[in-house]
Amino acid sequence: MEGNMRLSLKVWRQSNTDAAGGFEDYKLDNVSPDMSFLEMFDVLNEQLIEEGKEPVAFDHDCREGICGMCSMYINGRPHGPLRGVTTCQLHMRSFKDGDTIVVEPWRAQAFPVIKDLVVDRDAFDRVISAGGFVSVNTGNAQDANSLPIAKEAADDAFAAAACIGCGACVAACKNASAMLFVSAKISQLALLPQGQAERSIRAEKMVAQMDAEGFGACTNTGACSAECPKEISLENIARMNREYIGAKFSSSAV
Amino acid sequence: MATSSRLDARIPQGPLESKWSKYRSSVPLVNPANKRNLEIIVVGTGLAGASAAATLAELGYKVKAFCFQDSPRRAHSIAAQGGINAAKNYQNDGDSVYRLFYDTIKGGDYRAREANVHRLAEVSGNIIDQCVAAGVPFAREYGGLLSNRSFGGTQVQRTFYAAGQTGQQLLLGAYSGLQRQVGMGTVKMYNRHEMLDVVNIDGKCRGIIARNLITGEIERHGGHAVLLCTGGYGNVFYLSTNAMGSNVTAAWKAHKRGAFFGNPCFTQIHPTCIPVSGEHQSKLTLMSESLRNDGRIWVPKKKDDNRPGNEIPENERDYYLERRYPAFGNLVPRDIASRAAKERCDAGYGVGTSKLAVYLDFAAAVERYGRGEANKNNIHNASDADITTWGKAVVKEKYGNLFDMYKQITGEDPYEVPMRIYPAVHYTMGGLWVDYNLMTTVPGLYSLGEANFSDHGANRLGASALMQGLADGYFVIPYTIGAYLASEIRTGKISTDHEAFVKAEAEVKERIDTLLRIQGKTSPELFHRRLGKIMWEKCGMARNAEGLKEAIQEIRQLRKDFWSDVKVMGTANYFNPELDKANRVADFIELGELMCIDALDRNESCGGHFREEYQTEEGEALRDDENYMYVSAWEHKGPENWELHKEELIYENIKIAQRSYK
Repeated sequence: MEGNMRLSLKVWRQSNTDAAGGFEDYKLDNVSPDMSFLEMFDVLNEQLIEEGKEPVAFDHDCREGICGMCSMYINGRPHGPLRGVTTCQLHMRSFKDGDTIVVEPWRAQAFPVIKDLVVDRDAFDRVISAGGFVSVNTGNAQDANSLPIAKEAADDAFAAAACIGCGACVAACKNASAMLFVSAKISQLALLPQGQAERSIRAEKMVAQMDAEGFGACTNTGACSAECPKEISLENIARMNREYIGAKFSSSAV
Repeated sequence: MATSSRLDARIPQGPLESKWSKYRSSVPLVNPANKRNLEIIVVGTGLAGASAAATLAELGYKVKAFCFQDSPRRAHSIAAQGGINAAKNYQNDGDSVYRLFYDTIKGGDYRAREANVHRLAEVSGNIIDQCVAAGVPFAREYGGLLSNRSFGGTQVQRTFYAAGQTGQQLLLGAYSGLQRQVGMGTVKMYNRHEMLDVVNIDGKCRGIIARNLITGEIERHGGHAVLLCTGGYGNVFYLSTNAMGSNVTAAWKAHKRGAFFGNPCFTQIHPTCIPVSGEHQSKLTLMSESLRNDGRIWVPKKKDDNRPGNEIPENERDYYLERRYPAFGNLVPRDIASRAAKERCDAGYGVGTSKLAVYLDFAAAVERYGRGEANKNNIHNASDADITTWGKAVVKEKYGNLFDMYKQITGEDPYEVPMRIYPAVHYTMGGLWVDYNLMTTVPGLYSLGEANFSDHGANRLGASALMQGLADGYFVIPYTIGAYLASEIRTGKISTDHEAFVKAEAEVKERIDTLLRIQGKTSPELFHRRLGKIMWEKCGMARNAEGLKEAIQEIRQLRKDFWSDVKVMGTANYFNPELDKANRVADFIELGELMCIDALDRNESCGGHFREEYQTEEGEALRDDENYMYVSAWEHKGPENWELHKEELIYENIKIAQRSYK
């Protein structure tokens, strides 16, 4: 071991979706400030295995802040104390020797806990399936430069498309609303000419699916955007509301 | 040398430029009514898997797609940063299909198949069209048209990009197409499922055994064809730029069921990664190759120079890439840049506490851009401080997200001190051997994207992985799969009650039970670390016969230790990442041995494969075209036992030369 930070951890343990969960206390010595938060969990898990205890289950994959899989609720904030940083990119130098750190899973009705810190985010996939695409079969495309797109529109679409689908917005929201996630996709496609043909139906269908999944309503608190590791803007929610209202006024569906 | 009778690459006859278009027009078709009765299993949902699953479903096939992550959008294609190549020639700088083809073959050090690479270059333009149509927000110029940049090993600008997140945007594009089909019911998606075996019946692949990673249930899935789009195996080195979950298990199971493994020792070591900081390190992070457009790489001229980088004066710095390769400078291909960094560090000129790092310095770019800004604004007496401020702003706009990531990981500010970088395992050119149709040596079993061996030879050029993954999925497999499925229309639904399924399922269960029963003392993670250390030291950036022979013995011992001392916590009946990990590490250990055997067989240096015994006087890779111009395709014959089959590489269109970037 190479570091000299000592930490107390309170970690949520829950053996499956239906079981009652609770916090367990762990102590870690020799944590290095250069470790990432997830590497600190690797050390904890090795320690638990040595003690013959089951390691803590947590979701993670790329560990470079882009896949959206890691999802820890750290000291009451999704992805921890830093702005614009995922759990995997959070390093222990952001904490102090002797700190107590509380770690929980995302908490939302639409994200049931699978085990410990792992939740089920299939609801997001279903929202995308409802309309988060352009209906263009492979082979249908025309030349990529046949349709110029103003740089500003392309840049705004890109900023919305930077969402990594981690669900921090839902975890941060007191209503467990998914408006930031849904609005990011609706915005990306509404801003681009390729998205125009299905613009109205997309907004209607994605919002309907979002509601069906059990996500809460938006009360404009803004915690979602403040906690978003990719700093997706609240403007997207405003745009989504405009898209949705416009779609409903001209809707042919009942 | 002649190609083994066991290998038929099925390369169409005729001139190179018309092979693909002619073949496409003559490959058997399956009519729409029959497509509805044919089931295709796609394993892996990265660029290759997601694009293939969506496209095949659009065509009318019944598709089942599997991924081990919680959503298909997490696949590691998402982490690709720099861009995707295409021979569009939008910049009017002399690019063409032929040039992309030529650069790729040369970049691969003449160890790739001409016909496959030419097809890749031909369809590259269609990929960009398709992605833009699907709403991928590529970078654009003020005129509204697409922007391009340069990558290593080329002299044109053909790389399309979306800031430093090109892989993310392309994958989300392919994923949205996949989810559209899921919503329509034409693709059934199985996430948090891991493929643990393929099932062959009467010599044809007929399905897979998968484990539901949440419930632990072992499932049988039948299909008329199986596509493995399961990525590369760089994690055999433990530390790599791959995601933590990236693994070889699906490809390895296929290999043990008869699919030959092609060029397993061809590994790409990426030159610009953040150096290892300590024993706790779980993965390495790439700093995009695009940084080499502006950054200059150097080490001190004096050995063991402990001064901070920015205190070492200009005339005491050795810009060794510019010195050794004046024509390409800091933009030499990855294999060459990596070896040059290792050479300097091994010679005692490395920097940082570990001495295993070199500097990537933006000071010159900051000054150049700063002066440019001053000129633009007609300021002729600007202070050095102002120039630096303006220059930093330009660098921030170009590379801000990468600089932030560097700062977050290392705790150092790269705007103030030069970045420290070192090479790290990034990509594997080797993979399952496939023919021109992307079919493995098992009929009905295909492999796409990084999981196959096909297009990059011994070294892949930057921004070509995304191109290949999407080419295979969008534009190759939808055509070539007809050659096989046209003969399957009378087969009928595949029953999973067949004894082959029963037996494969029983074997999978037995292996899981064994893993849980051993209850030794060492975690799967620690075995993985031990394997990685052997591989990196003896089968990494430089290899030699003696080290490889030692590595083979050490890996065999490690395998024995694993199966007697592994400690897997938890049960098989519920979510258990430790069990998943143990399963993957066991396969990595076997693969590691084969990689060393392959590296030992290839008595030459080429691309990413550098055998210390075979180098020129200047330390460049020394190929042996007379004896090694072949693809090695290994057949699994039993534990620790493989037979080599050779596919001769024939160059009819490209003149073979020593690769030079000087």
